[in-house]
Amino acid sequence: MTPSQRLDATFAALADPTRRAILARLAQGEASVADLTKRFPMSQPAISKHLRVLERAGLVSTAQASQRRPRKIEGARLGEATAWLADYREFWERRFNALDALLDQLQAKPQRSTRKRR
Amino acid sequence: MTPASNNKTQVSLPSDTEVRVTRDFNAPRALVWRAHVESELFRRWIGGYEGWSMPVCEMDVRVGGKYRWRWRQDAEGGEFGFYGEYREVDAPSLLVQAEYYDPGTFGGEMPTTPTITRTTFTERDGVTTLVVLITYRSKEERDAAISTGMTDGMETSYARLDALTAEQQGS
Repeated sequence: MTPSQRLDATFAALADPTRRAILARLAQGEASVADLTKRFPMSQPAISKHLRVLERAGLVSTAQASQRRPRKIEGARLGEATAWLADYREFWERRFNALDALLDQLQAKPQRSTRKRR
Repeated sequence: MTPASNNKTQVSLPSDTEVRVTRDFNAPRALVWRAHVESELFRRWIGGYEGWSMPVCEMDVRVGGKYRWRWRQDAEGGEFGFYGEYREVDAPSLLVQAEYYDPGTFGGEMPTTPTITRTTFTERDGVTTLVVLITYRSKEERDAAISTGMTDGMETSYARLDALTAEQQGS
């Protein structure tokens, strides 16, 4: 997958509230399908389906060695998705900080041009 | 006056082709509007690039009016910019722009259809909320803009903006 396709898969996986809830649970530690089924009001096949989407997106992996096959969260992929928007957010934040400064300056001084509109 | 600490920029992806940027400002809406439509004010915050100047900042803010912004790399003479047309102007609450990237001396394709930028200004208790909704032509283009177009080469501008911010806050 290209980086763009990976991000697509990641965001598509994150778009669903149940999958986000599963991730939130896995962020606290590994859990098997049975553990997750007890925790969420849905059938085991439904949980497994959500887990497959999360695994395809690289957000969750399965420990094959253990009989329970616990799922765990893959932080790197989640980090990649977060960093992608974080840089963009930072770009706007810098720009808006400059706007803040300008607005402060304009409000501190009597306005040069014409009307005062407060 | 320093910005309140909760004035953080939020970015969300409402659809495959859109980006929404939201930010609060401790200023009346009319003033935030002016900073968007008066070229002398606009150029003071829209983009500072270390080693770059902004030789062109023309804005004819009315429906159908054109704008053109161009940055020049002072050492090497390279230029790029954006240009477009104001599609909706409803002072001081709504500004819609159809925008094209101008690759200038950097090469690359001249886009044939614009990116649509819709900026809304709302005020509550003296705080103005700015919402910028950018609609790209495709998901690929949006992703590319987020990944590279907006960040590459702009890192260096941050230092300059910080300096400007500090200077203006100090005054």
